[in-house]
Amino acid sequence: MSSAAMADRETQTRLFGFWIFLMSDALIFALLFAIYATMLHATDGGPAGKDLFDIKSTLLQTAVLLLSSFTFAMVSLNLEYRPQRLRYLVAWLAASLALGLAFIALELNDFHTLMAQGATAQRSGFLSAFYALVSTHGLHVAAGCAWLVLLLIQVKVFGLGPVVKRRLQCLALFWHFLDVIWVAIYAVVYLQGLSG
Amino acid sequence: MNDSATVWLSWLGRLDYTALPLYSGVAAAAAALVLLVALSVVVLISVKGWWGYLWREWLTSLDHKRIGIMYVVLALIMLMRGVIEAVMMRAQQAVAINSPGYLPPEHFSQMFSTHGTIMIFFMAMPFLTGLINFVVPLQIGARDVRFPLLNAITLWLTVAGAMLVMASLMLGRFSTGGWSGYPPFTEVDYQPGVGPDYWIWALTLSSIASTLTGLNFAVTIYKDRCPGMILMRMPLFSWTALCTSILMIFAMPPLTVATLLLALDRYLDFHFFTAGHGGNVMNFVNLFWLFGHPEVYILILPAFGVFSEVFATFSGKRLYGYKSLVWASVAITGLSFTVWLHHFFTMGQSAGVNAAFGIATMLIGIPTGVKIYDWMLTLYRGRVRFSVPMLYAAMFLMLFVIGGLTGITLSAPPVDYQVHNTVYLVAHFHNMLIPGTLFGLLAGYTYWFPKAFGFRLNERWGRFAALCFGVGFLLAFMPLYVLGVSGMARRTQAIVNPEFAPLLWVAGAGAALLSLGLTCLYAQLYVSIRQRRRTAVPLGDPWDGRTLEWSTPAPPPPYNFAVLPPIHDRDPCTWLKEHQRISPTDFAAIQLPNNSAMPIILGAAAFVCAFGLVWHIGWAAAGGMLAAWVAVIARSFVRDTHHVISAEALRQAHARHLQQAQQTVAVSRDQEHSPLNHGLAQVQP
Amino acid sequence: MKNPMPAKSFSLMCRPPPGQTLQRYFARPALALVACATAGCSPVNLGFLAPGGVIAAAQRELFLWVVGLALVVVLPVIVLTPWLLWRYRYGQQHAPYRPRWDFSLPLEILTWGVPVAVVAVLAVLTWQRSQQLDPYRPLPGPAATLEIQVIALDWNWLFIYPQQGVASLNELVIAQGTPVHLSLTSATVMQALLIPRLAGQIYAMAGMRTQQYLQADAAGHFSGRNTQFNGNGFQTQVFTALAMTPQGFDDWLNEVRRSPKRLDCRPLSQGGVQPNVQHYGWVERGLFEQVMQSFSQPGHRGCHAFSQERAHE
Repeated sequence: MSSAAMADRETQTRLFGFWIFLMSDALIFALLFAIYATMLHATDGGPAGKDLFDIKSTLLQTAVLLLSSFTFAMVSLNLEYRPQRLRYLVAWLAASLALGLAFIALELNDFHTLMAQGATAQRSGFLSAFYALVSTHGLHVAAGCAWLVLLLIQVKVFGLGPVVKRRLQCLALFWHFLDVIWVAIYAVVYLQGLSG
Repeated sequence: MNDSATVWLSWLGRLDYTALPLYSGVAAAAAALVLLVALSVVVLISVKGWWGYLWREWLTSLDHKRIGIMYVVLALIMLMRGVIEAVMMRAQQAVAINSPGYLPPEHFSQMFSTHGTIMIFFMAMPFLTGLINFVVPLQIGARDVRFPLLNAITLWLTVAGAMLVMASLMLGRFSTGGWSGYPPFTEVDYQPGVGPDYWIWALTLSSIASTLTGLNFAVTIYKDRCPGMILMRMPLFSWTALCTSILMIFAMPPLTVATLLLALDRYLDFHFFTAGHGGNVMNFVNLFWLFGHPEVYILILPAFGVFSEVFATFSGKRLYGYKSLVWASVAITGLSFTVWLHHFFTMGQSAGVNAAFGIATMLIGIPTGVKIYDWMLTLYRGRVRFSVPMLYAAMFLMLFVIGGLTGITLSAPPVDYQVHNTVYLVAHFHNMLIPGTLFGLLAGYTYWFPKAFGFRLNERWGRFAALCFGVGFLLAFMPLYVLGVSGMARRTQAIVNPEFAPLLWVAGAGAALLSLGLTCLYAQLYVSIRQRRRTAVPLGDPWDGRTLEWSTPAPPPPYNFAVLPPIHDRDPCTWLKEHQRISPTDFAAIQLPNNSAMPIILGAAAFVCAFGLVWHIGWAAAGGMLAAWVAVIARSFVRDTHHVISAEALRQAHARHLQQAQQTVAVSRDQEHSPLNHGLAQVQP
Repeated sequence: MKNPMPAKSFSLMCRPPPGQTLQRYFARPALALVACATAGCSPVNLGFLAPGGVIAAAQRELFLWVVGLALVVVLPVIVLTPWLLWRYRYGQQHAPYRPRWDFSLPLEILTWGVPVAVVAVLAVLTWQRSQQLDPYRPLPGPAATLEIQVIALDWNWLFIYPQQGVASLNELVIAQGTPVHLSLTSATVMQALLIPRLAGQIYAMAGMRTQQYLQADAAGHFSGRNTQFNGNGFQTQVFTALAMTPQGFDDWLNEVRRSPKRLDCRPLSQGGVQPNVQHYGWVERGLFEQVMQSFSQPGHRGCHAFSQERAHE
């Protein structure tokens, strides 16, 4: 087998393995959703979703994250079709990073507002479940951003070899996966909470 | 916050001299003994100058065979502690009849918790992971698992978890909530100490490792089978390894979620499972058993795989009903996700819900029964040789089905209402785990030991150990069925009904016999190492094996196969022997991974982080976590990760192997246990 | 750390002086064994295989049916395996050797079909009996149901008789032939009430109410216990259930009513284990609901005292 074919097979297998990892991660989120659903009314007399959630802020977070998925899609396209034009790749990566960090900043701001109102995780089971679900997603996004920075460094140091390319493809999967999870959070937690 | 920031920021957190196990003479003695043994081992290695060898050849190795062996070594060490604890608990229950016994309640309750935790997470899981690690790539014609670095990482994370449980013997106490750790008993209100924290972080390390292990094995089996090795030609052990991997990927996350949510409750005052403030203990129970039920199938499926191999090989026959066995394994895997509620029939669900899960549980009995009968039909019209693996397999057939029967009784909810949480339940699951899991793992250990090390284990000690285990199991657990239907609860430190005494004494005798069996197992290893020249089997096929791993020398070279052999049949090694294998000439260079220190460093960092979390030592928790990620990131910058074995080197190694084969006499099965057996089998006409 | 010291006739926590160790560890159990052997007591008489009530009797019947059906699949294995091992052992010359034989359609149909048939029968049986023996299902019969509320404590059982306004600690007294409706909750951690000769067990959980119907057929005494581990006093958390004649039950009620002890929302005692039986002649109304609400209601109105019973480890 030629080395190019071997590299390609290696990439395919690694992506397959990363999909399996994402499935186990998806299961963790599914369980957190299930816990949240069973604790929707465990407010212990404290605030519920409709008392707390801010539609504007969460809509903005959704827009930011969806936009970052678009920018990361551009990263993937550049990776596949214009790998020699490193500047565009780095630019789209930087844009995705900025949007990811913006998402985290908005979410932290949201949490700060909630906690200032006394809606801490320690208040009730419902709030514990809310913070656990949303924070787990937020921590995943933070990890994705850290991973992005690391890969930017590696692109700089190593160039766009098969290994770095493969890592970027895995990160792309991760990034889009987190976007899907966020859409579910937005629907199940925020929209449902505000309408209920 | 349950502990102030000042504690977290101090050098020792909440660790102080009261953490020493001086509350009980037994605990102090045990801690001292463990420390002494550990130090002696370190001194021995230092004096002999073995550190360099160990570091280069084992601790930094990414070779699946080395990693598999290290997993089994971990398991055999932790088995000792697990059995000792079992014997001590049996002894306590035998003497504490209207009397205090010698183990106070606060120690007894730690013991049943560590016994279960160790036996499941740090004995059985590493043991089966080790066997799968060693054998499956050889069976499917691969050179290694798909992700060797990840493989080593999972090993050292598991070791870190085991060391955390060992640390609980010396500093502080372990949880007293059993291996299942139900809140609110394990919440801070009821156990503010370090116990449940030890349990949480040991299980978190183990569950992350197992999830990644499952991922590794699944990808390997899906993607790295050699040409011709289609799924329906894969040996049953590899099939059950695939099923086990799928279970690991999907069953460990619920445990990770359960323990992390409990950690949030304990560390940050969340209210997932607290009694009050909106907490709901039933969520924990559901999460835990969503993990817990597939977990027991993780424990049994590899054993089933071993038995499939053993029955075929030691009957000198093709495995009966291959397709049925495959579909039965797949059915068991799928169904295992549908039955978790039977672990808590008594929690007050409606009759319809209970009955549905009970019936689903009974459904799993169907494929299991099919497997049992298919194995019996493998014996039928065979030529059965009573080597140690077959002894275990024969005992398994007769004893495991008793556990199956009691399992069916437990799956009828009204009966479960009577015997849940009694020693009948304890007898049932030990009936599955000892004749099932343990016998399977020990049979696999005996069966593949010659392949791993190039010499056979001593047969006589092996038979004696097997007999002790078989009879010991019967004596230790059959009485518990009777005591369970008599209403004796599990986890009781003292007995108030003197009528229970005679049966508890029988059970105590059984436990003593089981520990004798374990001693014989260690003796067998010692004697075998001393006799290794007499039992050497360098040609690699001591049992006239049928599956592909038997076609390599023993121990196999690092690259497993110089040239991947063509696969035409379900029993490739038998096919190769019958068709007078032609020597390969088309050698090509092979790439193998270099050693790496990152996994063991990661494991050490994970231990430090977990220890810091347990004792609220901020710098250790943060530092360990940081070191772990730095190790991963640093490794990602390493480019020189593989080395190449040239085609010429392969050709020469193969020529040497051929020369050795030509100088060796092939033996028939009559001489299987004689020194004449050098691992070359006579081909049956 | 508090060490619970039960005042029962035997002392579980004292360490005996050295000379008496031998006696305590061996003589007492040995005496018990001799007494047992001469009196002919078998442990099985303590459980549901020697039922004292309709529920336990039905559970026993189901157990025997399930065992019998499962034996259809299991017994041939235990019987045939030794025969197979002997007949087809290596070295014997009589039996045929067919190393390539690995499939037979009739045998496949049998090995799949028989377990399927057995499980089908078991499934129908399980469904029916699970409905009949649902712990929440009232028992049929003309007699009025006796309501008892059970609060699980560390490490005692409190039985409140709301209709009669009395309560009893570690002693459950009922009238024979009368259906009893238990409502259970826990003031502490998860526990489980089991009186094997009368009925199966049900968990008791804080903030929640579970139920169990049971009935004793004849007068007698039955041992009961907690089966869900809850700490250092777990092994002593046993009690006696007494089934009396209707007259005897009324007599007992009157005796309890005469007790000067009052049960309200104050801690039962300082220590954790109350091995003695206690009677309370007056019980605060709604005490059971208050204990539940101390966990389930926001603002934690309700009775917390009992949850303070716990001796922390």
